[in-house]
This record gives sequence, structure tokens and C-alpha cells, in this order.
Amino acid sequence: MSFALWTPLAIPALLAVLSLGVPSPALRRLSPIASSVAVLISGLLLVSVVLADEVPTLGGGLLRADALSAYMLTVVGAVGLVSTWGGLGHATAEPARFTGSYDALISIFLAAMSLAVLADNIGLMWAAVEATTVATAFLVGHHRTPRSLEAAWKYVILGSVGVAIALLGIVLIYAASRGTGEATLSWLVLSQAGLPLDPALIRAGGALAVLGFATKAGLAPMHSWLPDAHSQAPAPVSGLMSGVLLAVALYAILRIQTITDAVIGPDFLRIMLSVGGLLSLFVAAALLIRQRDFKRMLAYSSIEHMGMMAVGAAIGPAALPAVLLYVLGHGLTKATLFVISGRILEVEGTPKIDDVRALLVRRPGLAVPWLIAMAALIGFPPFSIFFSEVGIIVAGFSTGLGVVVGIALVLLLVIFASLTRLTVAMTIGAPAATAVPVVPAAAVPAAGAGASVTGAVPVSVPSASVTLADAEPHPDDPLVPDRSGHGPMLPLILALGTTAVVAFIAEPVGTLLTRAAEVLGGIQ
Amino acid sequence: MFTTIYPQLIGLCTGTLLLTSALMVWRHSLLASIRLLSVQGFALAALVAVIGLEEGEVEVILVSLLVLLVKGMGLPWVLARETHATTRTDEAPRLNPTAALLTVALLTILSYVVASRVLAGDISISAHAAPIGLAMVLIGFLLLVTRRQAGSQLIGFLVLDNGIATVAFLTSGGVPLFLELGISLDVLLVVVILYVFAGRMRTKFGNTEIDQLRKLHD
Repeated sequence: MSFALWTPLAIPALLAVLSLGVPSPALRRLSPIASSVAVLISGLLLVSVVLADEVPTLGGGLLRADALSAYMLTVVGAVGLVSTWGGLGHATAEPARFTGSYDALISIFLAAMSLAVLADNIGLMWAAVEATTVATAFLVGHHRTPRSLEAAWKYVILGSVGVAIALLGIVLIYAASRGTGEATLSWLVLSQAGLPLDPALIRAGGALAVLGFATKAGLAPMHSWLPDAHSQAPAPVSGLMSGVLLAVALYAILRIQTITDAVIGPDFLRIMLSVGGLLSLFVAAALLIRQRDFKRMLAYSSIEHMGMMAVGAAIGPAALPAVLLYVLGHGLTKATLFVISGRILEVEGTPKIDDVRALLVRRPGLAVPWLIAMAALIGFPPFSIFFSEVGIIVAGFSTGLGVVVGIALVLLLVIFASLTRLTVAMTIGAPAATAVPVVPAAAVPAAGAGASVTGAVPVSVPSASVTLADAEPHPDDPLVPDRSGHGPMLPLILALGTTAVVAFIAEPVGTLLTRAAEVLGGIQ
Repeated sequence: MFTTIYPQLIGLCTGTLLLTSALMVWRHSLLASIRLLSVQGFALAALVAVIGLEEGEVEVILVSLLVLLVKGMGLPWVLARETHATTRTDEAPRLNPTAALLTVALLTILSYVVASRVLAGDISISAHAAPIGLAMVLIGFLLLVTRRQAGSQLIGFLVLDNGIATVAFLTSGGVPLFLELGISLDVLLVVVILYVFAGRMRTKFGNTEIDQLRKLHD
């Protein structure tokens, strides 16, 4: 089954070349989706293999899929599929000279992310993560406005400097590994216990590597590129960056942590990650209270969730299954939200929360999935983010990190309140009297998908019918609610459905998460 | 014969590296900085070649050729093309030259202090010179923070990257060849991307000052 190790690299790369070379608009538009499907299927195949207690390797052990890699590859594929498929209707106006570059770069991004999680070599993983900076730079600057240019410049400078620091750390770890007889960068070798590695070098190297990848993961205080890049990039790209790029950076931190824990004990990185995590939660809480832009709101929420995952990583083995489930839940939910935010931006023409009022009355086709996804993001059960957060908090109290998770809990409550207020401001309420009822040509309900969403209204969001009733006292208002989803709805339904049920599936999801945590030295 | 001059060659190469970094902080002209960057690339390639000869490994010699091509010639050429195309923009940095050079001295001392703790167990000649690499990383940061022009920031990033490469070669004889290829390619692409963005900045704003990038904030 080792062919599944090269398919997630080769197929997207091939599709990238095709979308640049073949002048077929249909092929170009579908190539990112095909790339995601290739990654997702490879990931699922590898999951089935590792659950049968096999560890496929390729290229002399350079590529290797243990339970953690297989799981992460599946996450990359799933989040990629939601972002690219959901973003299908997204307008990608580009100069004729660069036709196809947008789709090609997304495929390259997916291939690089797959390489990062499959490489059994810290250096190769580093090169893959840096390659994603290269691939996403032009995607962030895609709109070519002064603002997107500013976001892209900051993103590339901070991203590459951060990753360069990680490289310095990796170099020091490599120097420390000379103690084993032959210098190596293999995870498999380095994470064994009892290796004669130089503690001082591992300490410095681990700290620098974690610091570098934390920049890429958007942890405070190195987060400043994240809100800019996420708010300026096209919506599907924001979804990919938030759900995939941040997750893979966290994956790198977890792998580095395994190496340092075996040599110098868990306390060192525990302090670093706790501080970074709490600081991220604090920054997110402080800036969400008065947030005015809904894409920036989602970006700060990403910082919040990465902070919570860092706290989970600081707690250690007991919290790792919850952290890994978190990666999936956050990725799918955030990709869904960014896709919808892109559609809202397109039809409303404004990124300001204040200008988007009463969405539930005017555009239930967008507001209903938005509300459900926001509920999932804020942490309502049955969505998996709730169970991950509870898992991390419980594990924190049982491992003696009660103070850290206590502070985290308070900050989470502040964020909960802010996000609820902002979501309510966007969706609930009656439309302003002066609002011109907009019935765009695209308002034709999208066949079966649109119908299934409207059918879900009374069940999922009881307030929907209430608000509609509130609007009735103005019978002279010729308001026609826009029930169109403005794009494919199926990926969003699948993503939200998956996050809603995934936490309840013990077999194989629970087993896979436990195995993946074992790879990181958890639960033995 | 070679073993006797080996420490001197290492010292010569690392000395050149540190000197060029300090001169880049001192000089404000972008063209002069690019020339210094090219010299630095050659010095780094020479350092790798010396280490390769000492260890007698062909792979390290190949890496030194790669470094020569990418850091000594490729990157400075890309940067120089951009600079020739426009009017010569001289830098007005946030720090005056005296203060900047004093900071360089302090950063170098700091890196010696830090390295003496981290590399305490390693008494080889090359590890003895490793603090230079660390100092270059810090000087790269200094350039990134204090310079206002897009081009100068790029140079800061490259000095930082050269510093990391210096640490890598001095502490462990360098990373494997395929990784060095990947890393060089990544750095080259990042520089090309930043170069394209700097071009867009010039068409949009008429100059490449970073200070005007402050529309996005909360």
C-alpha cells in the first residue's frame, strides 16, 4: 500500500502542471478539487493500513506514514476538499498572462502540505513548510489591491523569518544527533528514548524550532501576519491556510516536542507552549471584543483555537487525542466558515459586520449554514470542538496544570461572548427600513442542495422562524428572502455533519486518535 | 600541510562573513549592500569548501559549489537587476551608523556568550567559530528591523539565512545535499517572490518604503 505515499504528492503536482499548461477552464477549476480528493483518498487508505498495524515507507524511509502522519494527511485532504469545492463559485479574476496560476498554486500547496506530514525527516518537512509560504504568497496577494499587497509582504517576511528560525533550531538538533554516531534528522530515530543527545544543544534547538513553527502556527506574540493574510486572501485560500497550514505547523511542534521531551523532560517546552497558548487566547479575546470585520473575526478565532491546541500540547500525552481531534474539527469548521464568508463578501460587497445586518431574514441560504458553523466554532455540542476543549481542560486539571487551563477557561468565556454577540449582530434582527431588497439573478435556489438546507431551518435554528415572524408586521415591505446558497452547499453540509458526529465514533476514529497520540509518546 | 592552515582558513572565512555583515549595517546604499552580499556568498562557499577538504567529503564540495552559485551569484544578480532598473534609492534607516555599529558589537558579544553555553561540549575548531554564524543571524534581524526599504529588508533576510547556513556548516558539517538543494531553492523562491512584490509596490505607491504598509490593523 506504499503507493499511497506518493499519490498525494504526485497527483497534485501533475494537476498543477496541467492547469498551467492545458487551456481548458473546466479542468483548471476542477483541478484543486481533484488534488484534494487525491490527498483525502490517500490519507484514508493510509489510515486503513496503519490500523492494520503496518507502517508503510517509501524512498529508503524518507517518506513514512505512521498513525499520526496518516491522520494528518486525511485532515489535509478533508479540509482541502471543503475549501476548494466550497470555493468553486468564487470569482478568480486574474490577468490573462497568469491564467491557471491560482488553481496550480492551490494544488502545489496541497502537495507541499502532504509532503510535510509524510516526511520522516525534519529537514524535508521544513523545506515543505517553507514551500507552502512560497505557494501561498501569491494567493494572499491575489486580489492585487494595496491592502492585499501589504498582507502578502508581511506574510512572506514574517513567515520566512519564522521558518528560518526553525531551520536554525533544526540545524542545532542535527548537530546534537552526532552523539548517536551518525548525524540524522529522522523522526523515527530521534524520538527514541535514551539516545546520547547533547542536552544543551537539544534544548536550544528545540526552543528555536518550536518558536519558528509557532510563528507559522499563528501563536502570539508572532501572530501579526495571520489576521492580515487571512482577511486579504481569497476565501478558499483563507480556509486552507487556517485549516491546513496552521494544523501542519502544530504537527511540526508536536514532533519536535517528542524529541525534546525524551532528552530534557517535558517541563521546558511545557512552559513555552503554555505561555504562547495563553497569550494567543488573550490576544484573540482582546481583539475580538471590538472586531468590525467578519473575516478578521474568523482569523482571530483561528489564533484562539491554535492557542487552545498549544495549551493542550503543553499538557502533554493525556490531552493529545483531544488536540488531534481539535485539528480536524477546527479545520473543517473554519474552512466552512471562510467559504461562507467569501460568499457573504461577494453578495454583500462589504467585509464590515455593521453593514451586514439581518442576514437571516434577507439571505437565509447563507445565514443558516453560517449560524450552524459559528455554533460549532464557538464550541456547542455535538460538534467536536466542544469535546476537544472539554478533553483538554479535564486533562489539564488532572495533570496539575489547573492554573493554566483555569485562565484559558476564563478567556474562552470572553471569546464565547464576543463571538456570540458578533454573530447575532450579523444575522438576527429586522432589516433596516432603507434596505433595498436585493434579488440577484443568482437567487434561483440551487436545486437539491438549497432545498435540504432550507429544510433544516426549523430543526437547527429555532430562532429563524421567530425572526421571520417578527418581520411580518411590515407587509408592505417587498422583501423576498434570498434562499440561494451562492455556491455548492454539499461540501459545507458534509463538513458540518462530519464535525457533528466524529466525536461519537469510537471505532475507528477513537482508535486512530489513540494510536496517533501513542506515536507522540502519549498513552502507553 | 592542510591541517596546519585549516584553522587559519576557517578564521579567514568566518572573519570575512562577520566583516561583510557589519559593513552592510554601516553602508546605506543598496548597491553596496548587494555587492557585500555577493562577497559574503563567496566567503560562505569558501568556508564550505575548506570544511569539505578537511573532512575529505565530495558531497560537501558539491554543496560549496551550490552555495557559490546561489548565494554568491544568483541572489545578488536578482537583487541587482531590480536595483539597476530604478533610480538609486539610498536608505534612511531608523538607527544612525554609530549606534548601529555599536549594536553589531553588542550582538556579536551576546552570540559568543550564548554559544559558549550551548556548544560547551564541542571543542573542535569549527565549533569554536560557530558564534559568528549566530552573530550574523542577529545582524540579519537588526537589518530587518531598522531598514525602511523593501530591498534592504530583503538583504536582512538573506544575511539571516547566511548566518543559519554558517551555523549549520560549522556545527555539523552541513545538512545532507538533497536538503541543501531544497533549502536553497526555497530561499531563492522567497527572494524572487519578495522581488515581485517590491515591483508591485513600486507601481502602486511609486516607492518601496515599508512604512506605508500600515493600512491593516485593529
